[in-house]
Amino acid sequence: MDFGFSEDQLLLQSTVRDFLQAECTAEWVRSGWETETGRDPVFWKKLAELGIPGLLVPERHGGLGMDDVDLVLLMEEVGRVGLAEPLVPTVQGVGILRGLEDAAPAAEWLPRVAEGDAILTVGVMGNGFVPDAHVADLLLIHDDGALLSVPRDAIRADPVASGDGSQRLFEVSFSRADAGVLAQGERARALVAEALDRGALCCAAQALGVADQLIRMAAEYASQREQFGVAIGTFQAVKHMLAEVKVALEYARSHVYRAAYSVAHAAPARAADASMAKLAACEAASTAAKVSLQVHGAIGYTYEQDVHVWMKRAWSLERACGDSVFHRARLCDAVIDGKSPAESFGYSPPAGLG
Amino acid sequence: MDLAFTPEQEAFRKEARAWLETNVPAEPLETFDLPDGFEQHREWEKKLHAGGWAMVPWPVEYGGRGADLLSWLVFEEEYYRSGAPGRVNQNGIFLLGPTIMEYGTPEQKARFLPKMASSEEVWAQGWSEPNAGSDMANIQATAIRDGDHFVVNGQKTWASRGAYAHWLFGLFRTDPESKRHHGLSFVLLPLQGEGITVRPIQKINGKAAFAEVFFDDARVPVENLLGPEGQGWSVAMATAGFERGLMLRSPARFQHTAARLVALYRETVERGDPVSPSMRERVARCWMDAEAYCLNTYQTVSRLLAGGKIGAEASLNKIFWSELDVRMHELALELLGPRGEMPGAWLDGYVFALSGPIYAGTNQIQKNIIAERILGLPRK
Repeated sequence: MDFGFSEDQLLLQSTVRDFLQAECTAEWVRSGWETETGRDPVFWKKLAELGIPGLLVPERHGGLGMDDVDLVLLMEEVGRVGLAEPLVPTVQGVGILRGLEDAAPAAEWLPRVAEGDAILTVGVMGNGFVPDAHVADLLLIHDDGALLSVPRDAIRADPVASGDGSQRLFEVSFSRADAGVLAQGERARALVAEALDRGALCCAAQALGVADQLIRMAAEYASQREQFGVAIGTFQAVKHMLAEVKVALEYARSHVYRAAYSVAHAAPARAADASMAKLAACEAASTAAKVSLQVHGAIGYTYEQDVHVWMKRAWSLERACGDSVFHRARLCDAVIDGKSPAESFGYSPPAGLG
Repeated sequence: MDLAFTPEQEAFRKEARAWLETNVPAEPLETFDLPDGFEQHREWEKKLHAGGWAMVPWPVEYGGRGADLLSWLVFEEEYYRSGAPGRVNQNGIFLLGPTIMEYGTPEQKARFLPKMASSEEVWAQGWSEPNAGSDMANIQATAIRDGDHFVVNGQKTWASRGAYAHWLFGLFRTDPESKRHHGLSFVLLPLQGEGITVRPIQKINGKAAFAEVFFDDARVPVENLLGPEGQGWSVAMATAGFERGLMLRSPARFQHTAARLVALYRETVERGDPVSPSMRERVARCWMDAEAYCLNTYQTVSRLLAGGKIGAEASLNKIFWSELDVRMHELALELLGPRGEMPGAWLDGYVFALSGPIYAGTNQIQKNIIAERILGLPRK
């Protein structure tokens, strides 16, 4: 039993943090809002050099062969800078390819992902939008009980507008004749379920970074902005708002780290753990956005100031990979009805309460 | 990261479960805020101690089991699962004990810890004074050196367990010229003897949960000074860290309450009693929050075992568990509908939960600490 990260894991996190802080400024994120694709192939290559898209790719396919526990620390940093490159759908896709019985698609695609030469995305037909379908080289689509692989040029992708300029969402359609069948039935369902939980986890981890950044910005602003002759951060009304959201953030963090372990180890309660992580972290991020806006006051409400950059990330993360309504319902089904496993950590209820 | 319990930890869990199943009283004890209940709880503590379970993480020589904090968490999980009585000496074993372990002399450890572990001596807290509540640095009670004794004068109040406890620990001003958190010392005093008057205070259920204590030239030997003279504030902060951050409220307490809440919700639905649509989600959310508190505690313990310390983040904890406890009990009383006002475990629990946001430093004070020491906001 050790609920901590290793020195190597923390070192990798700090390396990625330093890189992103230097390269991925708010100004750069905003510049992506104005471009046609909103994505930067040169930057993606740099992310690949750091090993992020290929983190979960087995070493035999040229990846780092690491797991979700390593991954969440990096996703936190991705959220902290508001980076919206298609890392989440790509690692979801890596998880699917890695888990296929047929080794050929993994052998074909995973080395390219690790090299930074391929972007993946995942979707479920008739259930929400597909992110980054415009830049994905391979789409993994769950449709009518089958898990399909669809190459980029066989897809029609109609953009869906988002309030977050970083977000690129699509409704996709394609002809089944152009799709390969990767898995069917229960196997397909299991792979898609794992991808959903991994995606929810990655969004949750990003939300931790988003919340932390929003709190930090507000604390810095409150420390230097003066009214009534003193820094507004001396007022308890301001202190308490920020302290409350800090509490929410730190307890969300515990859920996220546990869910990372559950996803990495395919724990029986993986789905419930991922839902708790997603709910707690996205709530912390949304609250942090409101609090940060309030602390900044009118200046925070301007387009010029950067609060809204992270606020919009908080909004889109909350809706990605299962929105809060989905995750709350799933948690209730597990905790109250026992439809799927929900496990207390350590404690187990006595007979009569179980 | 390895979230699996080791075979040794699982074996320890089994052993604790078996002992508790055999020994936990079938009927709940009277509250320890009444004289009979207090003695019943001491009897229970004696039994726990004889079984070697009174203080799992303490060294054997002081009446403990010599296990690590992870084993302590496992024991606590089994303890709450078994429905065992509340710990009458929690001020001693969970707060003062770890402080003595850190700051005490070998003589103090030998003198105080074994009798604390067995609850032969039950401890009260002596922080607050009439003019030093949230503003604890405004302490005015004095302990002035006179040869090999301190002469103690002043008043302490809201001393938890003070009505029946044998000893009190707290902060006293040993330098009469000092101000604020300077010149304070951490002193251990018997609650009987010349110059000491204990006046029990009833809490809102009419039971004597705490007391005010008056000191009138009471003499205490200098050996009862814990930590350096004049450094009482930092010693007290260590105690507060244990209190808010880890030991006072172990997570299984809330996980058990959450499990009871889920069971209550299911029973309510099965009986056909009305529930509003939001209740289902609120129940699940309480369960989720109790898990968060548990996970966070395991993170803290992992950090401590790796050589870390409890710092200002203890304040995050205290807010989280105290608010969660109130929320769970409020929801349970709502689920009970008209029966929610009847005396019983949920109403008793609610009355107790309401003290959570106040004791151990109000949640407002904790928010100031978080804002200033964790987020770096200016004090003035």
